Amino acid sequence: MRVVLAEDHAQLREGLIRLLEAHDFDVVEAVDNGPSLSRALLEHRPDVAVVDVRLPPTFTDEGLRAAIAARREIPGLPVLVLSQYVEQLYARELLADRRGGVGYLLKDRVFNVAQFIEAVRQVAGGGTAMDPEVIAQLLSRRVADQPLAGLTPREREALELMAEGRSNAAIAARMFITEKAVAKHTNSIFSRLGLPPSEDDNRRVLAVLAYLSDR
Amino acid sequence: MLAKVWARVRRVGCALALTVYAALGLALLILSVVSLALIVVWVGLPLIMVCVPAQRALANQHRRLAGWLLGAPIRSAYLRVDERGLVARPVALVRAASTWRDLSWLLVNSSVGLALSIGAIVETVFDLLLFLPGSVLLTIDAHLIRGMLAPSERAELAKRVQDLTESRAETVDTQAAELRRIERDLHDGAQARLVSLGMSLGLAEERLEADPSQARQLLAEARAANSQALAELRDLVRGIHPPVLADRGLVGALQALVLATPLEVELVSELSGRLPAPVESAAYFAVAEALTNVIKHSTATRARIELSRPDARLLVHVSDDGLGGADPANGTGLRGIARRLSAFDGRLEVSSPTGGPTVLSME
Repeated sequence: MRVVLAEDHAQLREGLIRLLEAHDFDVVEAVDNGPSLSRALLEHRPDVAVVDVRLPPTFTDEGLRAAIAARREIPGLPVLVLSQYVEQLYARELLADRRGGVGYLLKDRVFNVAQFIEAVRQVAGGGTAMDPEVIAQLLSRRVADQPLAGLTPREREALELMAEGRSNAAIAARMFITEKAVAKHTNSIFSRLGLPPSEDDNRRVLAVLAYLSDR
Repeated sequence: MLAKVWARVRRVGCALALTVYAALGLALLILSVVSLALIVVWVGLPLIMVCVPAQRALANQHRRLAGWLLGAPIRSAYLRVDERGLVARPVALVRAASTWRDLSWLLVNSSVGLALSIGAIVETVFDLLLFLPGSVLLTIDAHLIRGMLAPSERAELAKRVQDLTESRAETVDTQAAELRRIERDLHDGAQARLVSLGMSLGLAEERLEADPSQARQLLAEARAANSQALAELRDLVRGIHPPVLADRGLVGALQALVLATPLEVELVSELSGRLPAPVESAAYFAVAEALTNVIKHSTATRARIELSRPDARLLVHVSDDGLGGADPANGTGLRGIARRLSAFDGRLEVSSPTGGPTVLSME
């Protein structure tokens, strides 16, 4: 799988390259600034891009902007954005085109290598991987909303895992329940949210996130 | 037509008020002179404490009326008197240049001013009844008041120096307190976590061969400590200067803040481009504090943030539909906002009748 990596901190960049290559990713180019990232994304059209939000020359949200701009050129270009902090605003901007293939994670999540690699694969496959902290913020904000206020703690847990981009099988394993029970939870969540049930995993997640972030 | 009549009626009222005030002024003048004379037998000291504030209040009433008549507000620039002692305070009040200016104005106002205002009553009543062009005497009186009571450039500068000295001292205090808080947070938080991380790593290294499973557990602990240290640093950074503020400026950062607020918040902005960083930061934290207050105290269901830039100023309104009853004298939060703004000559006005709504205006 071909990866473009953007990270301005040399040590972190080397670490990420090592980590990705150890898991059979092919890092076709690693850049350290926004303009190079824009060029690399359009030039290589990678299977997935791993991008730090804050990059030179402005040291603001250069990486995020470059990623969003590239997705305008190449719709659905899978991008996993890494950051020292997460903002719902940015999650929303990334999800705005509703094409999937988007991830937004705290840099800390790299520590759990297996989970991080799973997230990269998920995004490359057109799925979503939202940081649990984004989900937590979204859910805490929506507590006052009627539809979500009615969720049971277990349903809420299932929704969180779902929004992180996990499959029903993974949710079942995490919650120590059967896949059938997960399906029951998700159906109940969807009916509460007024969303028609669908077979497609990623579409479901996107629909939930769109619902959560649009209102 | 009706408006014109109403304006004339108001001028009659104004003349009446000026007459009553001038009469009150005469009484106050006599009391003040007596108090000054009585200072020698000490009795005058407490009297001064009453007379000088009364003079100032009366002068301010005149400034307000004359300002209304002339269509341009007349500022007042009394220096604050910080002395607190039973003797020191009256002495300082007597020594203030403004006290003698006010006294001489009282003298003029209780003679010429009184005559002018009585004349003005007659004149304005005739104006009203016979529809004569305008009341000259009232205007002359207003000019007299402005001439004597408008602060001199020197007085305004002195007042400004006093205000700036105070706000600078507050800013320095606030910053020192902030630095102490950051130091404490780092010491108790991230630093402590990094120490425990180092210990876990050291132990893991030692155990690696003898007991790999324990080493593995220690490494997991190290990772957890690392995550916690990062989380704490993140929170700290947010409190110092939110990254999204650096990325997106005031409006973007407020959008992000609104998204993270469990309230229906409407954000209306006329701002284009970026403001100076310290102003953005002060405005951001002021709004954040205001929203926190709304959530904590008001039981409001919706709030509204408005940003505008008339002239070169920045105006921020935060309003809600909650209980009201917010009082800057009571809340440390509101005082904190005022302090943050004072470093930029900014002001905070709070309108919060019991029952709501609450409106905070920051400039």
